[in-house]
Amino acid sequence: MTDASLVVTDLRVEFSGFVAVGGVSFDAHPGEVRFLIGPNGAGKTTCIDAITGLSKGTGSARLGEKELLGKQVHKIVRLGVGRTFQTASVFDELTVLQNLDIAAGRHRSPISLLRARRGVDPSIEQALEETGLSGELATQAGILSHGQKQWLEIAMLLVQDAKVLLLDEPVAGMSHDERTATGELLQRIAAKRIVLVVEHDMDFMRRFATRVTVLHQGKVLSQGSVAEVQADPKVQEVYLGTAGAATTAAMSVVPEPVAATKNRTED
Amino acid sequence: MTKSKSWLSLSGIGVFAVLLLAVAPLMLTDHWLNNLGKYCCWAIAAVGIGLAWGRGGMLVMGQGVFFALGAYSMAMHLTLETAGDRIPGFMVLYDPLAPLPMFWEPFRSATFTLLAIVLLPVIVAGILGYALFKRRVKGAYFAILTQALAVALAVLISSTIRETGGDTGLSDFKYFFGFVLNDPANKAMVYFIAAALLIVCLLAVWQLYRSRFGELLVATRDAEERVRFLGYDPANVKLVAFIVSALMASIGGALFVPIVGIITPAEIGAAASILMIAGVAFGGRASLFGPALGAMAVGWGQSSLGSTWPEGWTYILGLLFIVVVLFLPNGLSSLPARLAAARRKPDVQPTPVIVAAELEEVRS
Ligand SMILES: Nc1ncnc2c1ncn2[C@@H]1O[C@H](COP(=O)(O)OP(=O)(O)OP(=O)(O)O)[C@@H](O)[C@H]1O
Ligand SMILES: [Mg+2]
Repeated sequence: MTDASLVVTDLRVEFSGFVAVGGVSFDAHPGEVRFLIGPNGAGKTTCIDAITGLSKGTGSARLGEKELLGKQVHKIVRLGVGRTFQTASVFDELTVLQNLDIAAGRHRSPISLLRARRGVDPSIEQALEETGLSGELATQAGILSHGQKQWLEIAMLLVQDAKVLLLDEPVAGMSHDERTATGELLQRIAAKRIVLVVEHDMDFMRRFATRVTVLHQGKVLSQGSVAEVQADPKVQEVYLGTAGAATTAAMSVVPEPVAATKNRTED
Repeated sequence: MTKSKSWLSLSGIGVFAVLLLAVAPLMLTDHWLNNLGKYCCWAIAAVGIGLAWGRGGMLVMGQGVFFALGAYSMAMHLTLETAGDRIPGFMVLYDPLAPLPMFWEPFRSATFTLLAIVLLPVIVAGILGYALFKRRVKGAYFAILTQALAVALAVLISSTIRETGGDTGLSDFKYFFGFVLNDPANKAMVYFIAAALLIVCLLAVWQLYRSRFGELLVATRDAEERVRFLGYDPANVKLVAFIVSALMASIGGALFVPIVGIITPAEIGAAASILMIAGVAFGGRASLFGPALGAMAVGWGQSSLGSTWPEGWTYILGLLFIVVVLFLPNGLSSLPARLAAARRKPDVQPTPVIVAAELEEVRS
């Protein structure tokens, strides 16, 4: 679907003097599940906000040849950058189908917008199948389970035909099985797209990340494979110093070679 | 929206059309038919408010502005038609020798007047909406701004007695596009036009609500940022709904003039604008029929109770409003669904069911 990469160079975001992101560089390529981790307040969400035009940033964020910084939100989306939010945000009052139909609809002409929908777009059916929501077509999005809402958000990005998926804590609040399903979904999606995941869940990261960037206080602390990052003493220090015991424990577990990682890097 | 629900609404419009266009003229006296025509005018404006506020989430507190654009366009034309070659009577009172103000001149033309009724609100709402929505003005700020415009326009009209008739307004229209207005048959014709246009407006929003645009509008109302991140510009979505609602207010205002026979700043100012909102809230802002029926009910209360017992009517209206806001936030049209829900699960906390029922309402 895309050969272009997302390249972020020296990204800076300030909020009235406070430097939330202070010169962050990283890149993400199709075919990998790219992770952005870091303690609370490290600037992960702010990075995504800047890339998607929600916050004003300086430096550069390029998708292929195209510069994203400085463009309006909906124009960045039209270049193929899609995102989810830390709190699931679907249209609660609309059904799953209506949610997806809106996501699929930005290419529609004004006239076709004035007509009622007939049938289901093939792209929507495909996304429903991919995310396991086929049975929920007519369900009110507001009454979906938390995990299903997150999947619906991912499905919306799929029908929107995003080349870049920026996912802010997609497995927060999910059960273990749901996490596994989501991770596998992300691996499938990433085959043809750029997937960047912001996560706190270290176990999830270890199982599904191909490459990781660790942010701390608005700067890149470490970058590399899961094993490299976990072996980095600076990372261990930050996580020992700032995060809870669970995180520390998770970080210190020596990663097993992840099967998924190999699969991904082959192509 | 389910298919069957949508067609049910359409047959509802059919029934409503039969009631307004066939039953009412047979049953009502000329006087009450004329009153019903007046309620239809408010209902037309209310249908637009339902679209902008109920579905679009824009609390349009100044629809009096657009009502005025239609009403004064029409009133100027009818005044000139009545005056013939002479200067309109009220102007002569202040200065017998002064010429007709420049902006009155084009309203001699019937075509220009009809175009103005349609295009003026579209242009004004287009410019205003573009400026506000692109700047992401919303919520209370939007409401206050629109309300302030209605106040400003009413003050402007009040203070330009010679040009607009001031507080006394424009009245004493003898002709309506060549038809003699005090002929009951012609009065009935004007009623039919108003009733028919109300039906047309209902059909228009029926189609809008079942269209993809209707879904997008609800999505924009509930999560504007999310819509932006799907690649739409929410400002454009809101702009379309705002312009359509302004157009409807203008059409309501234009027909109000020949039916009621007078237009004054009081009919378009802050109080009038709020009364339009009140009717919509009362009937159910997000439903198809709620705004129209609510506006007609408030209109009826206004002309029956309001004339026989004016002090009491204000309190009744206030009380009604409080009750609706407190106990039926989605208006009277949500009552059947709520009752049904309460009957189905008498002991269980009914909230989820109600929510579902009201959602149905929103998607109808
Ligand atoms: N709009 C804003 N105005 C001012 N400060 C902000 C704003 N948004 C974020 N910040 C600050 O920027 C810093 C980085 O926030 P950010 O939300 O990017 O962190 P995060 O890494 O996503 O953290 P978390 O894991 O808690 O989601 C925080 O100190 C936060 O308080
Ligand atoms: Mg965050």
